[in-house]
Amino acid sequence: MNGASTSTIFLVLRRLRTPLIVLIVIFAVSVLGLTLMPGPADPNGGPMPRMSFFHAIYFISYTATTIGFGEIPYAFSEQQRLWTVICIYLSVIGWAYTLGTVFAMLQDKNFLGALAVQRFARQVRRLREPFFLVCGYGEAGHLICEALDELGFRAVVIEQDETKVGDLELQSYSADMPALCADASKPDTLIFAGLTSRYCRGVIALTNDDNANLAVAIAARLLAPALPALCRAEHADTVANMASFGTRHIINPFEKFGEYMALALHSPAAYHLLLWLTGLPGATVTRHREPPAGRWVLCGYGAFGRVMTQALTNAGLPVTIIDRAAPLDPTHQWVKGEGTGIDALRSAGIADAVGIVAATANDINNLSTVVTARALNPGLFTVLRQNQVANRTLFDAFESDFTMVPSEIVAHECLAILTTPLLAPFLDAVRRADDSWAEQLLGELTDRFGWDVPAVWSASLNIAQAPSVYRSLMRHERQIGLGELLRTPVTGRPPLPCTPLLLLREGDPPRYLPGAEVRLLPGDQILFVGTEEARRDLSLTLFNAHTLQFVLTGRDSPGGAVWEWMDRLRGTRTARP
Amino acid sequence: MNLEKVIFGFFIVFAATLNFGFFIGEIDNPAHHDIYELFAAVVVNLIATVLKFGDRTQIGAIHLATSLVADLQLLAAAMVWGYAEHVSGTGMTAATVTSIVSLSGGALFANVVSVVILIAETIMQRR
Repeated sequence: MNGASTSTIFLVLRRLRTPLIVLIVIFAVSVLGLTLMPGPADPNGGPMPRMSFFHAIYFISYTATTIGFGEIPYAFSEQQRLWTVICIYLSVIGWAYTLGTVFAMLQDKNFLGALAVQRFARQVRRLREPFFLVCGYGEAGHLICEALDELGFRAVVIEQDETKVGDLELQSYSADMPALCADASKPDTLIFAGLTSRYCRGVIALTNDDNANLAVAIAARLLAPALPALCRAEHADTVANMASFGTRHIINPFEKFGEYMALALHSPAAYHLLLWLTGLPGATVTRHREPPAGRWVLCGYGAFGRVMTQALTNAGLPVTIIDRAAPLDPTHQWVKGEGTGIDALRSAGIADAVGIVAATANDINNLSTVVTARALNPGLFTVLRQNQVANRTLFDAFESDFTMVPSEIVAHECLAILTTPLLAPFLDAVRRADDSWAEQLLGELTDRFGWDVPAVWSASLNIAQAPSVYRSLMRHERQIGLGELLRTPVTGRPPLPCTPLLLLREGDPPRYLPGAEVRLLPGDQILFVGTEEARRDLSLTLFNAHTLQFVLTGRDSPGGAVWEWMDRLRGTRTARP
Repeated sequence: MNLEKVIFGFFIVFAATLNFGFFIGEIDNPAHHDIYELFAAVVVNLIATVLKFGDRTQIGAIHLATSLVADLQLLAAAMVWGYAEHVSGTGMTAATVTSIVSLSGGALFANVVSVVILIAETIMQRR
């Protein structure tokens, strides 16, 4: 681990070799010459003795460094002055050369890179708290770092683009996030970034290059097999490759959006419930127009186009595909041409279609396609693929029904996996359930909490996350019902503004929407949705035994041994008569 | 043949020979130990040290270490000389000369180690 630091020192020494030798030689020649020059005439007759080495070194030291005390120890002879002139110019050349080399080295990219790697590795080594390793600080990386920071986790970032690393340094995160400008696909870089550290809690590979993500995934699998790896993959073969060696979470934004689309087609209420539960904190979910049934037009049959075609076909809707290439898929109607042109759209029958999907990898073409299509058929339902985050203004200006932004989808998915692992099984249940159940649940929840994205959190009744409840349950002091626990610790004990969504218990089937009467057992895991205040109040109850006592009984228990003893005394006295 | 190797070997051997030349003679006789030879030994030793900078191998590290030892001993000898001549005012007594020469003798030992390493390295390479 120390290799980076020593290699920088060696680099410096190697570069400074020639200038140092030049300096030593100049100094030696000057001193030697000065001791050999005859001294001035002695007033007592005869010449003064020649300069000793001691005086020569003293004189050259202050002359070469341009301090210049004058002629010491005596007024020089003409020969000594002649030699001094030579010394002065020699030493100036020597210093100029040495300083020039040093400054050139300080500005050298390799040297600066070596220093940066060293500083970064030291920062990571000194981290003494859990952190996540984030590879790729694009839009998704940015969202995830912000969320991790809010949740109190540190992140270590590797990003290849220098400007993005600079951007990270300008962000005002509450904790310092070490960042390195390097290629994340190199295993050495990952090790410097703490992949093998025991504080590393997970690896998140979000670069926009599938191969780099694959390299991170395999490095994580081999070097730190116990760590969960979240990897973004856009192509089906990358997904298959990652799955082949057991990558824990593979996030394909196209696939995810295809699932959302299928869900929106199949059960609009479930789709809205899912959006509401997984939204980014602070956002508001609005009810979308539901995607209509009928014939759809799809422009651009790439990776995303395939997924969307599949989703629409599964919903039993006919799709007409417009693509530059010759027909690849014989089961669908195929128009060869550009989706941006009126001709291709007309021949695809845009006038009597109900929706259009602009799925090419080019943002401007996608926008142009939907604008043209809307002009031809104003009632069209539009699904837009946005590739570049920088084009957001344009996409906001065109009010599309659905916009697919890969980086946001990836960020949502990562956050859901990292922060609330219980959410995924609940969402699976939502996807499987019928529309009326979802409709009813969505109605209840949004009536209670509004359309703003709520706080979703999970609690485990174990010693680390809920010490007070765990101890109480283990001592069999009393039985605790879920409803009794969900009260606000203030006078009157009103119910907490939160709803339990899922209760997982070892050995039991999952309980969806557990009721207030469910008796809690140690080790239960519960998923809640509610307000941020409810989350804070509940965590206080789970941690603090006195709060728990108050929430359960409505009585303030005294703190401290003396008061507890007095309280017991008072209890027996009142019980006696 | 590599010019860099020639220069490297030259300075290491030269440092040892100059050091030896200064060291040889009666240990307490100032007439047997010339100050210019000590000066040359110091300068050549310093150059040899700088030439050994920047080698990451184990042998390179030992090379550098022996050179640093020799530098330290020779500089100490030079300082004793300067102190005796200019600061204490006693001049070159037999005791001073003895201590200067014995310090340079220590440096000579370090330089001999350096030369031995150089030879061992050359034999190891078989090229």
